[in-house]
Amino acid sequence: MRLEPIAAPSPARRIVPPLLALLATFTVATLLALIAGGNPFSVFGLIVKGAFGSKFALLETLNSATPLIFTGLAIAVAFRAKLWNIGAEAQLYAGAVLTVVLGTGALGLPAYLMLPLCAIAAMFAGATLLLGPALLKTRLGVDEVVTTLLFNFIFLLFVSYLLEGPLKDPMGMGWPKSARLLPEARLPRLVEGLRIHWGFGLALVAALLVWVINTRTTLGYEMRAVGQNAEAARFAGIPVTRVILKTALLSGGLAGLAGFSEVSGLKGALTSDLSPGFGYTGIVVAMLALLHPLGVVLAALFVAAIFVGADSMSRAAGVPSYIADIMLASALLFMVLAILLTKFRVRRD
Amino acid sequence: MNNTTKAQVVLRLQGITKRFGPVTANEGVSFDLHRGEVIALLGENGAGKTTLMNILFGQYTADEGTVELFGQTLPPGAPRAALDAGVGMVHQHFTLADNLTVWENIVLGVDPLTAPRLKPAQAKARIRALSDQFHLKVDANAKVGRLTVGERQRVEILKALYRDAKILILDEPTAVLTPQEAEALFATLREAIATGLSVIFISHKLHEVMAISHRVVVLRHGKLAAERATNQTNREDLAALMVGSEVSAPSIETGAPGASLLSLRRVTTPDQGAAPGLKSLNLELAAGQIIGLAGVSGNGQAALSDLLSGLITPTSGEMEMNGTAVQRWTPRTAIAKGIARIPEDRHKTGTIADFDLTENAILETYASRFSRRGWMNWAQARAFTKDLIKTYDVRCPGPDIRIRLLSGGNMQKLILGRVLEEAPQIILANQPVRGLDIGAVNYVHGALAKARDRGAAVLLISEDLDEIMQLSDVIHVISEGRLSPGFGRGTMRAEDLGAWMAGHGFDAESPNAT
Amino acid sequence: MDLFDILLSASFWAAAIRIASPLIFATIGELICERAGVLNLGIEGIMVAGAFAGWIAVWAGLPLWGGVAVAMLTGMMLGLVHSIFSVPFGLSQHVVGIGLTLLATSLTFYTYRVVLPEVSSPPKITAFQPYEIPLLSDLPLVGPALFSQTPLTYAAFVLAALTALVLYRTPLGLAVRAAGENPSAVAAQGLSVTAIRMGAVTVGSGFMAVGGAFLTLSAFDSFFFDMVNGRGWICIALVVFGAWKPGKAVLGAILFAAFDALQIRLQQTGIGAVIPYQVFLMMPYFLSILALVVMSRRAEIPNALMVPFNKGER
Repeated sequence: MRLEPIAAPSPARRIVPPLLALLATFTVATLLALIAGGNPFSVFGLIVKGAFGSKFALLETLNSATPLIFTGLAIAVAFRAKLWNIGAEAQLYAGAVLTVVLGTGALGLPAYLMLPLCAIAAMFAGATLLLGPALLKTRLGVDEVVTTLLFNFIFLLFVSYLLEGPLKDPMGMGWPKSARLLPEARLPRLVEGLRIHWGFGLALVAALLVWVINTRTTLGYEMRAVGQNAEAARFAGIPVTRVILKTALLSGGLAGLAGFSEVSGLKGALTSDLSPGFGYTGIVVAMLALLHPLGVVLAALFVAAIFVGADSMSRAAGVPSYIADIMLASALLFMVLAILLTKFRVRRD
Repeated sequence: MNNTTKAQVVLRLQGITKRFGPVTANEGVSFDLHRGEVIALLGENGAGKTTLMNILFGQYTADEGTVELFGQTLPPGAPRAALDAGVGMVHQHFTLADNLTVWENIVLGVDPLTAPRLKPAQAKARIRALSDQFHLKVDANAKVGRLTVGERQRVEILKALYRDAKILILDEPTAVLTPQEAEALFATLREAIATGLSVIFISHKLHEVMAISHRVVVLRHGKLAAERATNQTNREDLAALMVGSEVSAPSIETGAPGASLLSLRRVTTPDQGAAPGLKSLNLELAAGQIIGLAGVSGNGQAALSDLLSGLITPTSGEMEMNGTAVQRWTPRTAIAKGIARIPEDRHKTGTIADFDLTENAILETYASRFSRRGWMNWAQARAFTKDLIKTYDVRCPGPDIRIRLLSGGNMQKLILGRVLEEAPQIILANQPVRGLDIGAVNYVHGALAKARDRGAAVLLISEDLDEIMQLSDVIHVISEGRLSPGFGRGTMRAEDLGAWMAGHGFDAESPNAT
Repeated sequence: MDLFDILLSASFWAAAIRIASPLIFATIGELICERAGVLNLGIEGIMVAGAFAGWIAVWAGLPLWGGVAVAMLTGMMLGLVHSIFSVPFGLSQHVVGIGLTLLATSLTFYTYRVVLPEVSSPPKITAFQPYEIPLLSDLPLVGPALFSQTPLTYAAFVLAALTALVLYRTPLGLAVRAAGENPSAVAAQGLSVTAIRMGAVTVGSGFMAVGGAFLTLSAFDSFFFDMVNGRGWICIALVVFGAWKPGKAVLGAILFAAFDALQIRLQQTGIGAVIPYQVFLMMPYFLSILALVVMSRRAEIPNALMVPFNKGER
């Protein structure tokens, strides 16, 4: 078997494989639902209903999509430059920690500065956390996949220590939980009376900004060049190391914002189960979006809908909600294959 | 050769046709190879030589036609069958694993994978016997990564002989050898055909073809253009057959040297893996001259090229441009100081395959010319690229297509345009015509000569001695990181340069003086 | 109890060998994949799946070695999936590996919930018991540390030795190593790079899964969701630390496990009262990063690791 590049892919070439990937994903889910004794039609029906069936469900989906947009953007930015940041989970928590430190009044900031400073601090925290692995990569050639993965474990233990020690809520009745944020440190509701906060709006703005950076700025051009062919980029005079470090700062900062948005917009306090793996799911989101920042928004909504829908389906139909995770993992694998097939023809010789 | 017609036919190609999408690489190619015969397969780059050999070797499946070995039709697309039938191939790019030893590379795949164990002692004894018989001296226990290029080629030939090859295919085998090493290879081949081996010798160097072969098969545009007995043809005849219509190479006259633009004094750079760095090297690049750098690959050309490209800095010694010492040295400063760089590998280093022509055209100048305060000016970049395409005759649908879709020649023209538009003082051309067809070769050579004539200094690095001798006003030879004195145009014969390439004449005590 | 006492006690070294065993299985598995040129980041998920598959098989009535076989088969199936994506299609080994870890983990949890819908705590099985090797186990210090382990631990060492033997002494091993160094060399000798790499990833993944099963069948007697807890990623670091050589990788795993055993014991000493327990738990991950940093400069990395091979690429 041999792969042959296609010079000018036809529209069908570009559309059919991704559609087949989605079809394959649903086939896998159908089989699994059958194995668990559920009726696939009602399972999918319940997922759709659970995600979009009511105003409450829809808002829940939007809220769940918010952190995924941030982590998805973080991954998309990094992967585009071939910086394999698998540590968005830790960077999210880093952002959440600094948000809580400032937001509970550690510095006594004036109210009007509180939110912007919390957001900046969260970005700073996330960016700093990715800087270490990025430096190890550029200076010593240590593979960043493994270091960022290991950092996830280290940082979650650090959060657990903080929640049982310095950041522990004295009124928390012994639970490992931080104190609640001051009211001025909370992101307001997007629409009064509805459970949807400004974090979602911020996420949309972030996606737009990343898109502008990618397409209109020298940094975007440099990041793409480094990602596509670092050797050629270096030869042409692009400061490759500096571009990788800038990419790391941007990516880590975006992941940090996810932590800020979750604590300040949704939860109001930090617990060690703040993120059910948003950092890892961000990888799926970014890949489904083909690393396109605006696509990330759509992919995050899709992924969030499956999670929210599967949760409510699980309660109604008794099929374990882990079916959502399986669907996303298989969508990821099928989609990377589909993207390949939009560009290459498989030859038998 | 009249007597070979009576000899046994060992290989018969019949009507081989192979298409890659819209491109036809081979069309209806047929010829026979006899026992003890050397056939030279002659053709330009892109004429379909390598594709044909890959079909013969079973790497590709032919769309039409058959391959017969010793009277048996070869099943299509089975490399194993060709190997087992006694075909051995020495690829142009060696297929050796650097971190394995010589004997491991040779025995790889010979015993079935289900065999319980390797037999190193037995294998080494056999390798020693073969290398004695065919004068292929090599240490069986050495790691391949530590061998010279010539030694690696011997390992490749030993690989084939170890498998009892009856037919040996050599793809451009002399491209990486000194003239003396090439002569030794020919001696080995004569030895081999005396024992009954048959050889297909792929080349585009006419004098070699005349020296070694019995018959010449010429391919042009994938078709068999001619078949000649070597003793009934001559170089001019073959050249015309290879190219089709007569194409005249640009006549390049000697340039008059001007002021010194760049000088290296006792410059030393670190070794790069097995390839040596520069060893206390002196070099002067004067305006209005083409300075040719001859040498066997892996003798410090990469270090010199990387140094002038700004990728590395000297560990000791001085580097002066226009009379002032160079301080900070990066690719960007090299470009800013007027060095145009044409890299050795245009696919990996020169361009970004999935970027469009515009994005590739501004790769070196986006920061200085096509952006303001971090914002790209794409309209300007696109207009610039359109001009470039017109001025440098880049054949393409437009500035928005991915560069991977361009042919090697058009890719090289875009790179040429990209650097020549900056009116450079110095041009570093590293293997600028490798893999190009004659039309593109002449274009590139013409462009380099034109730049020289308007006062630029051109450093031409090439492993092709003919190219160096044709173009250069001054020739230096590089060997193990040391540089020979400069030889004026026409003062040296190829054999004399070959002696320098093999490392003779260098005085370890005093570095070259120019 | 001071450090010296700990390091001289047989029970400490017995624990170290016990902790090292699953790491040896998985590290050897990863090493086989990487020697053939494929980085297998599915390791974490494959270990989770192996831990569950072995355990559930024994719970359903198979003998313990049957459980090991089921785990091995599960791992091989997942490895096959990885290799289909990463070898003939040559897709990014980073993305495929992470995707496979997500898939294997979620499939495991899903199956757990389907098979055991209503349980609050997972059922227990009768795990492998220590087997004292006659005579050898009577040796002082070494006896109780090395020769009073469960059969699965002995199997880990046997596997490492066999892997070294196959890699360096057989035509098959030579082909695997060559595939990781220069696939073109393998193809030119008439062998199929695709088959060799797919085979290596499939078999290597089987061993990873046995590493996971060690946790449920030998170290503990039940299955928990966060049981593997990053051990897969640690094994990737161990392969680098061991310079892609089985012997060194085993030594690395034991050294690493000794540190892990040490931190568990130190937690119970006076130091443990002063330093938060999380710091001790972080140690394995920090050590892994440290190992990567230390080895970064002299790593003898297979030349074609993570380089896909597309036959006849022009």
